[in-house]
Formats: sequence, C-alpha cells, structure tokens
Amino acid sequence: MTVNTPSTRQPVLTSFLRLLATPPIGPLIFLIFICALFAILPVLRGEPQRFFTVRNLALIFQQTAIIGVLAIGQTMVILTSGIDLSNGLIMALVSVITAGLAVRGIPLGETTLIVNPIVAIFVGLAVGGFCGWVNGTLVTRLKLPPFIVTLGTLNIIFALTRIYTTATINGLPEPLLVLGNSIQLGDARIPLYALVALALYFITWFVLSQTRLGRHIYAIGDNAEAAALVGIPVNRILLFVYTAAGFLYAIAAILLIARQENGDPQAGQSSNLESITAVVLGGTSLFGGRGHIMGTLIGVLVITVIRNGLTQQGANPIIQTLITGGLVIAAVAVDQLSQRGK
Amino acid sequence: MTHPNLSEQSKRDIPVLEAVGITKHYGQVIALDDCNLDLYPGEILAVIGDNGAGKSTLIKTLCGAVIPDKGEIRMNGQPIHFRNPLDARQAGIETVYQNLAVAPALNIMENLFLGREILRPGFFGQFFQMIDRQAMLKASEEYMQALKFRIQSMQQPVSTLSGGQRQGVAVARSAAFAKNVVIMDEPTAALGVKESGMVLDLIRKVRDRGLPVILISHNMPHVWELADRIHIQRLGRRAAIIKPTDYSMSDGVAIMTGAKEIGGSVAA
Repeated sequence: MTVNTPSTRQPVLTSFLRLLATPPIGPLIFLIFICALFAILPVLRGEPQRFFTVRNLALIFQQTAIIGVLAIGQTMVILTSGIDLSNGLIMALVSVITAGLAVRGIPLGETTLIVNPIVAIFVGLAVGGFCGWVNGTLVTRLKLPPFIVTLGTLNIIFALTRIYTTATINGLPEPLLVLGNSIQLGDARIPLYALVALALYFITWFVLSQTRLGRHIYAIGDNAEAAALVGIPVNRILLFVYTAAGFLYAIAAILLIARQENGDPQAGQSSNLESITAVVLGGTSLFGGRGHIMGTLIGVLVITVIRNGLTQQGANPIIQTLITGGLVIAAVAVDQLSQRGK
Repeated sequence: MTHPNLSEQSKRDIPVLEAVGITKHYGQVIALDDCNLDLYPGEILAVIGDNGAGKSTLIKTLCGAVIPDKGEIRMNGQPIHFRNPLDARQAGIETVYQNLAVAPALNIMENLFLGREILRPGFFGQFFQMIDRQAMLKASEEYMQALKFRIQSMQQPVSTLSGGQRQGVAVARSAAFAKNVVIMDEPTAALGVKESGMVLDLIRKVRDRGLPVILISHNMPHVWELADRIHIQRLGRRAAIIKPTDYSMSDGVAIMTGAKEIGGSVAA
C-alpha cells in the first residue's frame, strides 16, 4: 500500500506565513528586524547610533528578566491550552510577603519575630507555588475555564496583597539583595537575576522539549482527549503545570526584590497581558499544543526592545502600548492564517 | 504469551479473548443479557448490530470502560478482571476510537509513542525522564515500513496528513502496543471511500502480523470485505455468528433486524 503524501506545494503566501509562525525562526527574524530599525533610524537623521552599545544591550537584558520569568510560567500554561491572568499579582504578593517577613516580621504578642531572609524566600516560593496549586485545582477538579479561574484568583490575590500592605517595603537585609549584584563583562554589567532568568529558560527548554513530561504537556494542549486515551494522567500534569507556574512567578518576585531593592505591592499589574503578548509574539498558539519556550524569550525581547528603542527615540511612552497591542493582533492573525490551510 | 506445551492446533482452539454470559443493566434498561463473544488468534472478528443492540456496551466491557454486572471475561482461557481501561491496556488490549484520537500538532513519531515514549538509557533517562528521539525515530520508521505505510518523514506534524492517514497513525499506534488484541470502534466512520480503503488495508496487515482484531462497524461492505467471522448482536445478545462467505450481506442485515433467524445461535 502506498500512502500518497499530501501535495507539498502550497501557495507562496501560506508557506511564508507558516515560516513566520514557526517558532522561533519567525519571531527571531522579526526581532532582528526591529533591532536593525532602531539602529538605523538615528543614523538616517544624522545622529550617533546608540542602540547597539554594550550598555544599552545590557539594559535590555535587565529589563527583560522579570517579565521573562513570568512569561515562562505563562508559556507552560498556554501550551496546555490554558491561560493565566494571575501571574503578575502572584509575583506582587510573594514580593511583599517575602520582604515583609524579613523586614517587618511576624507580630507575636509583645515582640516581633523577624524572619531569617533565607527562610522568607522559601516561604515566598511556597506561597507562589500554593497560589498556582489553587489555580490548578480549580481548573482540574471543578473543570472551570482557566480564564475565569485566574481572573478570580487575580482579584483575590490583589486584595490579599493590599490587605497586607499598600506601602512599598524598604530596608531589605543583604541576603535578599544578593541577586542584584552584577558581574562585569567588559563594559557590560550583567546582574545575577538576569542570569537566573536565562538559566530558567534553558531548564524549561530542556523539560518541554527533551523530557516525557514536556511532550505530555504539548499533547494535553493539543488534544486532551487523545492524551487521556493513551493513559497520560491529564489532570495530574495540569495541576503540575499551574503549580510550577506559580512557583516560577514566586522566583520572579525574588528577582524583582533584588532588582528594585524593595517589596512592591504595585508590581505586576499589567504583567499578565504583557506576558501573554510575549508568548503570542514568540509563536506559541493560544489554542495550546504548539509553541516554543525560546520563542517566548524572543517575544519578551521584542517587547523590551520596542520600549527601549522608542524611549531612545524620545517617543511618547504610550506609543509603545499602541504598537504592542497591534503586534499581538498581528501575531495571532499570522498564527490563524497559517493554520487555516490545514 | 507463549504456550510451549500447546500444539498449534490446540492453541487455535482457545480464544484469545472471550466474554461469557455478560449482563449489564442501566437502571431498567438491559444493555447486555447473558451475552457471549469469542475472538480467536489471527482473525478479524466483526461485530455488527442495530443501534441499541448492546454493541458498544459489549465492546466497552472488553476494553475496561464498563464493568459488567454478571459474567466473565477470559484471556487465553484465564479469567481476567478490568477495573478501568488502563487495566485492559496493560493486559495487551488496545482500542482505536472513531474520533481520530491523535494529537495533530505533534509529529507522527510522537503520536506513535504518545504515552509510551522511549527514554534514554542511563542517568538522563531515569532521573530526568529524558526521551530518546533517535531510538523512537528509528523504531517508528522500521515499524511503519513493515506496515507499508509510506510517509515522507516521521517528523511531519500529523496535522499535515489526510484524515485517512491520521486514522492510519492511530491504527498503527494501537497495533504497535497491543500485545493481544486490537479493538477498532468504527475506524472508517469519518473517512471517505479511498481513505477507508487505506485503513482497511492497514487493518488487514495488522491481522496478518498475527494480532487478532475486533472490528465494530456499521459499514456492511467493509465488514464483508474484511471479516473472517461476523458476530451479530441483537437485543443484548449474540443473535448469530456467521462467516461472510456463507451468508450474504442481506442475510446478515436480516438477522441483525430480527427478520431472519438461523438455527442455534452459532452457525460458524
């Protein structure tokens, strides 16, 4: 029996759209394009080029780190065809709890117990993981749509953060600030928290693409029914993904504390949409099952580069929001159009 | 599954899978009433029956999705109890469902090995559950070659395949992992004529490789083309078991609807 393979000749436009939608090559080309644009624009106006300087690139790297870690959790959740609106606020909660325990401590009657900063970090990580576990439990046990679940927990976590404190927590002990130290690479100062973020990308890449668990995460997002039929424990893996995502948001909070040198109840309020934007720009399908973690890294870089470049050009900051919004729609449209032929 | 003490002939006399006196009630509704089924080595057994005849309940008891109220399931003569579909799968029974149970964004190789990935030997495989792409690629290429299922690359996403090819992947996957029986529930229901032919060919190849197949189908021409024996289900029981060479398709339909009865319940 010979199975005829489907015609490999596709309309040029479809092929091109598919190439653009193939992570992470398409997003990478786009990233290079906008970098080139920001480098050339000032030259055209007869000004010195300031984009490709070691200092500026290091700055972009720093600005990418926090949202980059939030976007890792978001990518994992979106790959299962879920969505997580609560990520930035989990980060804010963990940030004030960790900083608060180490600075304000726990009032115990007359005295106050100042928590060891290392212990405070672990408590923070546990709180983040717990928030993610709650999301995952609601999604798997009550079968509620992830959008609704995380919209609910977003508000609850926001309120809890505000009940704990509305003021920034300053005066942090040294161990919480260690990750803010930098290593000097030539002219560039690379902060440790940015290296942690980069390491998390490689770990996640390994898990998603090289391990059984990772392949099952893709399979669940692609066709949960088929995954269950071949014996993949769908609910257990979904619960793991939401919990791991919460844990990652807590790591983002620890990095944020080191970067800002405070515990910030205002943090992360637009991070959910920003991280979703990064994931989509990176070529991951909002319908789950298709995508690449390194695409997300590129997506986060695209957002940061646009912000950085426009700031250098002296553009109104709101222009950045406008452009990012347009890009999201364009990225989803490219994904949809390239799938339509299938 | 070897019986060194049994001759070829006596091995053929023991059904691979046997359902004896299966009864299943849903409240007042009797889905199965003292129903029997037997599947012998190396055959394609078709199961036909009108809607409500108890076909799908019968099949579900065989693949562990339904637990019967009464009766026994035997595998190679030994009683066996399935608490859930996983038990049946572990006993070497694989089921192909009609709704194309593949993951379209994953590639062919990943679909073939979905849920049973080959892990790397050594530390990375054991500790990190790191998958062995090379080994899976090689195994899937060899296997699909053996089934004469020609596809450019095992690494193309299943979404690039036609409906028939996708179902082919699902059939091939089940056949690859079934040690004892493959159950196919309307495998061609969603397919066109040419595509169905391809899947039927594949089912025949699975049988020729030695795996017995239970085929549930509404499509009488397919059943008469493919089956070695036909189990006709009616009113929760086996109304007859016939050979497609002995009876015409219209006879079969007549038995199915009760318009005709044949002596005894087993004619073949």
